[in-house]
Amino acid sequence: MVAHDITQVKSAVEQVSRLTAEDVTVGYGSRTVIDGLDVSVPPGVITTIIGPNGCGKSTLLRTLSRLLKPTRGTVLLDGDDIVRLKTRDVAKKLGLLPQTPVAPEGLTVADLVARGRHPHQSWLRQWSSDDADVVARALALTGVSDLADRPVDTLSGGQRQRVWISMTLAQGTDLLLLDEPTTYLDLAHAIDVLDLVDDLHESGCTVVMVLHDLNLAIRYSDNLVVMKEGAILAQGHPRDVVTAELLHEAFGLRALVVDDPVGDRPLVVPIGRTQVHPNYRGKNGS
Amino acid sequence: MSAEAKSSVLPGLRLGRVSFVWRPWIAGVTLLLAAVTFLLFCLSIGIGDFPIGLPQVIATIFGHGEPVDEFVIMDLRLPRALAGLVVGIALGVSGAITQSVARNPLSSPDVLGITSGAGAVAVFLVTVSGGTATAIVDSVGLSAAALGGGLGTGLLVYFLAWRRGIDGFRLILIGISVTAVMEAITTWLLATADIRDVARAQAWLVGSLDDRGWDEVRTALWCTLALLAVVTCVAFQFRPLHFGDEVAAGLGVRYTRVRAVMLLCAVLLAGAAVSAAGPVPFVALVAPQVAMRLARCPTPPLAASGLVGALLLIGADLVARTALPVSLPVGVVTAAIGGPFLVHLLVRANAR
Repeated sequence: MVAHDITQVKSAVEQVSRLTAEDVTVGYGSRTVIDGLDVSVPPGVITTIIGPNGCGKSTLLRTLSRLLKPTRGTVLLDGDDIVRLKTRDVAKKLGLLPQTPVAPEGLTVADLVARGRHPHQSWLRQWSSDDADVVARALALTGVSDLADRPVDTLSGGQRQRVWISMTLAQGTDLLLLDEPTTYLDLAHAIDVLDLVDDLHESGCTVVMVLHDLNLAIRYSDNLVVMKEGAILAQGHPRDVVTAELLHEAFGLRALVVDDPVGDRPLVVPIGRTQVHPNYRGKNGS
Repeated sequence: MSAEAKSSVLPGLRLGRVSFVWRPWIAGVTLLLAAVTFLLFCLSIGIGDFPIGLPQVIATIFGHGEPVDEFVIMDLRLPRALAGLVVGIALGVSGAITQSVARNPLSSPDVLGITSGAGAVAVFLVTVSGGTATAIVDSVGLSAAALGGGLGTGLLVYFLAWRRGIDGFRLILIGISVTAVMEAITTWLLATADIRDVARAQAWLVGSLDDRGWDEVRTALWCTLALLAVVTCVAFQFRPLHFGDEVAAGLGVRYTRVRAVMLLCAVLLAGAAVSAAGPVPFVALVAPQVAMRLARCPTPPLAASGLVGALLLIGADLVARTALPVSLPVGVVTAAIGGPFLVHLLVRANAR
């Protein structure tokens, strides 16, 4: 009876899930990074993939976004095998922001964001009134309208990342894949960018991202995917998933998991070898 | 209010079903370059041992000239001027594409081995007399064989640089290495060859517009026009590649295919230029950089780069023919202009 209920719930999730990986194996050349992984992205929430360096987080995101073709298994986008879809049709449904993209020197913010309309344009129709409207809205939504005429390379790291997210938004998709959107940003700018991501989620976007910072991942996502060595260790709401045992298993990290004083999520307090109270020193995390 | 918001983004221009972003500065600079190029083109036809005024030149080109002018212009001077125009445009566009693909201002068909490959093959065919070499020259001609050599070398560089995609620095490093090998082969051939062959090979190795007839020009002209048509069609899909492979893929571009087509066009354009004028150095490197600065573009503009290339080549040929005490091949003058400009670019890149 219970098993029946669980399968029902599971199929319900799969029905509405926009993006699903089924038994996916993927790697670079002869090196397999991910072997037989299943994951589905619940709609309307922020899903964050975390895990130690080299565990295959980015590889999974690149596979979900069709940058990498799985050697076995399939990725389904709205029910269709993503490999069989046209590149342009994928771009109309799924916005992708790679890790640390670089714009040509001197390119203005407006020009960069306008390029997000590319999947909707053709050789003859390079700039319709639709394009102008959507780009103006994307600029406004990410709070960079005032910077429209500035060259992208003159902006701060945080502003630049807002502009790139704005470009992805101009694609007009409600499914965003962000690969480490806070890399190289200081904490204040990282928070600023993640607040923007949360605004997009509030306005109806489904977001999948890779983050390095555990506490930011916990604070900003409703669905955590914890990976280790190319497999999924745990998945679910941060409140249900994040425990000291899991952190030790995934990262080999000794940590204390406490209640976040400013939110309703757990907070990870790492325990290193030095600079800690004597009663934590040398104690095993598990 | 919404109109105001719209105008603050990018102004558009719509003509029926056709629409594009209206950039008055770039359009103006391109038109101006086209006008100046045409003027210099006519001027270079008019100047010579038998000077012809500008109005007569223009009238004759459009078929309303005096019979005397018509002979001098159509049979003697137009092929040379046209060769300059076509070679300049081909090199400028070729350079703009290679610099965009490598995402590096220091790359050009010269660096990517195309010209050195064509040169090595040409020198080989000129210096090694005997069975196969003579047969090849007789059947396809020296220029076509050199074109094949350039194409082969360009593809070799692309193939060697390929590793899960094309990385700009890798492409340039491998291009420089292959160029060095090709130049070594050329030097070795010249050092061991018969002295009369060496003189012929040397004349080919320094790019020149001397004695260009309709035969050489016609092939290069049609090749260039066909390639420019392809480039124009693919240019729209090519634009997102300025942001790198992954962003381009995210924007729905099949970047491997688009880049391969564009790079092949660049190689063939450089090859067409080499077949008509021999290896003219630095035009492909300098023209896109000058065009970028004139048009205030963040990336090399294709049309403006071609026009600057033509301007540079016709101008250099004019200087080489008239302003200097001895008549020099055009390649010597473009190198004299291009060398210092390359130094200027490098100094600027270091200062950053």
